[in-house]
Order: sequence, then C-alpha cells, then structure tokens
Amino acid sequence: MAKPKLALYWASSCGGCEIAVLDIQEKILDVANAFDIVFWPVAMDFKYDDVRKMEDKSIDLCLFNGAIRNSENAELAHLLRAKSKALVAFGSCAHEGCIPALANLTTKDAILKWVYKDSPSTVSLNGGVYPQTHTKMPEGEIEIPEMWGTVKSLDQVIDVDYYVPGCPPQPFQIWNVIEYILSGKPLPPKGSVLGADDKTCCDECPRERKEKKIKKFFRPYEILPDPNECLLDQGIICMGPATRSGCGALCTKANMPCRGCYGAPPNVVDQGAKMVSALSSVVDSQDPNEIDEILNQIADPLGTFYRFSMAHSILKRVDKI
Amino acid sequence: MGFEPRIVAFLCNWCTYTGADLAGVSRLKSPANIRVIRTMCSGRVDPTFIMKAFDLGADGVLIGGCHPGDCHYAEGNYKTLRRAHLMKKIMQAYGIDEKRLRLEWISAAEGDKFQEVTTTFTETIRSLGPLDWRKRIGQGDRVENPVTV
Repeated sequence: MAKPKLALYWASSCGGCEIAVLDIQEKILDVANAFDIVFWPVAMDFKYDDVRKMEDKSIDLCLFNGAIRNSENAELAHLLRAKSKALVAFGSCAHEGCIPALANLTTKDAILKWVYKDSPSTVSLNGGVYPQTHTKMPEGEIEIPEMWGTVKSLDQVIDVDYYVPGCPPQPFQIWNVIEYILSGKPLPPKGSVLGADDKTCCDECPRERKEKKIKKFFRPYEILPDPNECLLDQGIICMGPATRSGCGALCTKANMPCRGCYGAPPNVVDQGAKMVSALSSVVDSQDPNEIDEILNQIADPLGTFYRFSMAHSILKRVDKI
Repeated sequence: MGFEPRIVAFLCNWCTYTGADLAGVSRLKSPANIRVIRTMCSGRVDPTFIMKAFDLGADGVLIGGCHPGDCHYAEGNYKTLRRAHLMKKIMQAYGIDEKRLRLEWISAAEGDKFQEVTTTFTETIRSLGPLDWRKRIGQGDRVENPVTV
C-alpha cells in the first residue's frame, strides 16, 4: 500500500515552526517512514509546479504554517487547499496571525516607508526605492509577490480543517498530532484544535497563587521575580489566564511570563479582551485616578494582549487586500 | 436624514436598569438612540461585549452600574470601573475615541440622571460622528502608532 502523502509549507512566518517539526528529533525518521513527503521547501527541493501537477486531494496531510500577508502566500494557500485532504493551520501565525498580524495596527504605506526610507539603518537612494511587483529586465518582465495591507490568518483566506497552536508548537505536541493521525483513529471534528489542552496556561503552571492585588506593574527586566510565586501576583503581566494550555508552561518555569502564544482558551472569542477582563480584576484600587496611574504602567497594552492573536481579534481588519 | 447615533447600553439589573425604568414611568423624555441590554451586574459586561458592539455597528457604548459601595454583588462595579479604564486604553490604541465608551453610576432612584446621561451621551456621539468601524478599517484608516526605538 502506498504511504500517505505529507506536505509542509511555510508562508509568512519566522521559520520556527519548521524547526519545531525537526525538534521531534529521531522521531522525524518515523515520520519519514510513515509518510511520503511530497512538498517541504525548507528541507527538500520542490517546485511549486510539482504541486500544481498533483491531483486534487492527493495530499493526505498538509501542515501549513505562517500568516497570509502577500499574494504568494495566498496563492499557495489556495493551491494546497485544493490538493490536500486534511489541511492544518500549524503554529500561531497560521492559527491567529501572531507577530506578523501586529502589522494590522498600522498601514502598508507606513510600513514600507519605515522599512525602505525612514529607518536609521536604511540608506535612501533618490529618496528611497520601494519594491515593485513588476520590473522590466532585458530578458523580460520579472515579478515578485505583492504585499497586502492586511495580514490574515490562514482560515481567513481558505477553509481550514484543524489548528495546531503555538509559537512554535511544542515538539511533543507535534508528535502527539502525528501519532494520532498515524494511529488511524477516526479524525476529530473539523475545526478542532489539536496538540493543545483545554484549560488555561495557569493550570499547568507550578507557581503558587495567592489572591492577586496589584499596585504596580513591572516589565520582566525591571524585577527579579520570585521563582515560586505567581508572576502576575508579582506585577509582571503574564498572559497565562487568557492562554490555552498545552505547552507545559515552559516560559513561566523559566521565570518568564507567558506571552500567550497558544492563543485563546476554549470558548473565548477574543484573547486580548479576556486579558483586559482578567487584569482589571486584580488591580488593587477603587480610585479612578489611581487606577489610571497603575494601568499607565502597562507598556503597549494592545501589542501585549494581542501579540499572537491580532488577526483573530473582534476589532480586526476585514478588508479584502 | 442626519446622523443618528446607535448606542448600546449595558445596564445593571439592580440599579441602572431600574433607574431607566423609573425614567420611563416618570415619562422623562430620553433619546431613542439607546438600545438597552440588561445584565445582572455591570461587572458582567465582558470587554468582548463592548468590542462586539463596536464591531457590529454601535457608535457608542454606555455601561450603567450601581454607585460605588452599592453593588448587589459587593464589588462588581469596582471591577467594571477598572475594566472601563483599561478598555479605553485599548480603544485608543485601536484608534477609537475613548469618549465613545461611557461608564456611569445610576441608582434605581435616579431616573432623572438616566435621562441626563443618555441625552448628553447621545449628543457627544452625535458630535463625534459615526464610528463606521468596518468601513474605516476597510480603507486602512488606522491611527498610526508611533514607532519607538
């Protein structure tokens, strides 16, 4: 019997998800044994045309990581959707937009201006040269993908079967997902989140919790936190209460606050809104002016609460391009 | 037709909703722009509700709760107070005028205050103009966050 076919693709992301797949270590050989890897640009040489020539629905499992921020990402998302039976939004970028989607807080023009003109490390030639989608060369016209104004999560562009959260997904969770699929058990309902648990990060965190009362917020570098006490109790903004469990609370065990990469817990629509709710409950003041003073210590609330879920926030951008 | 603001009002069951009821039975004239949603406590108003209201077309959101110290659930309204302050910061970061969210303490006896608050809030929103959130973000018209290095 022919082996099931596996594809992995990397859209707008840092590449950490691909490395996380390799981090399952020697089990990667089991993956190679069990699957026929038909497309994995980061590890092997494939061309897009190879994929175009495949029959529709011929790829059994496609792990797609990265957000959709340009025309190439979108084209490949549509292509792999057509060719795949089960398409998985793999990692936080594909799941909820992650860091790339923070670009949705500003405009495409402002980003291009900063990157190609204003940033201190840029040497402006003739007032800044912007990337052009089409350029005429002696050999003919060449084309590069067009950057979009809005960064989208995968499910905002195509139909997604499953989600594997995390920035990146933890290797043991990746293996859980692969093992589940290899076991031949019936697949979970469409839209399920795989490779994560169904409580919050706090549930896995070994730190001791007391009744939270916060008078002052600290950024991680401003304080040496007690290694056994809840970080939020100590005034460090930890996204634990508004984040899905499944990572094993790795960050908090290393004395760093949870940053929320596993996305919103089950039944929570908007991760940032949940954090606003959680944080408001623990500020220790009943005086409006003092409340303002305490809350003003939070640097960049939007970027902190939505670091990984901007594309899925309620007040997200909804435009086509 | 000029612009008529759409305002969603989350009113606590024990004070402000009863206050609004009093304004009604006292035949005090209030603007018809307010759509009331009754919650058991102002503390029940999750930030998600506020965002969803703005996303679905509200131009303003009013939260009405019991006066400090009067909360039926002891301190739900203090949580609302802190939440409203943090919500305003979030709204500013999104580029929504924070005046579009208003928190007021209105007791069951203050029908006249309910009338005054809804009237002035409607006027505030009218002067701010429509939020048109979906349309605005469709044009990429966001407040640009200053880039700090």
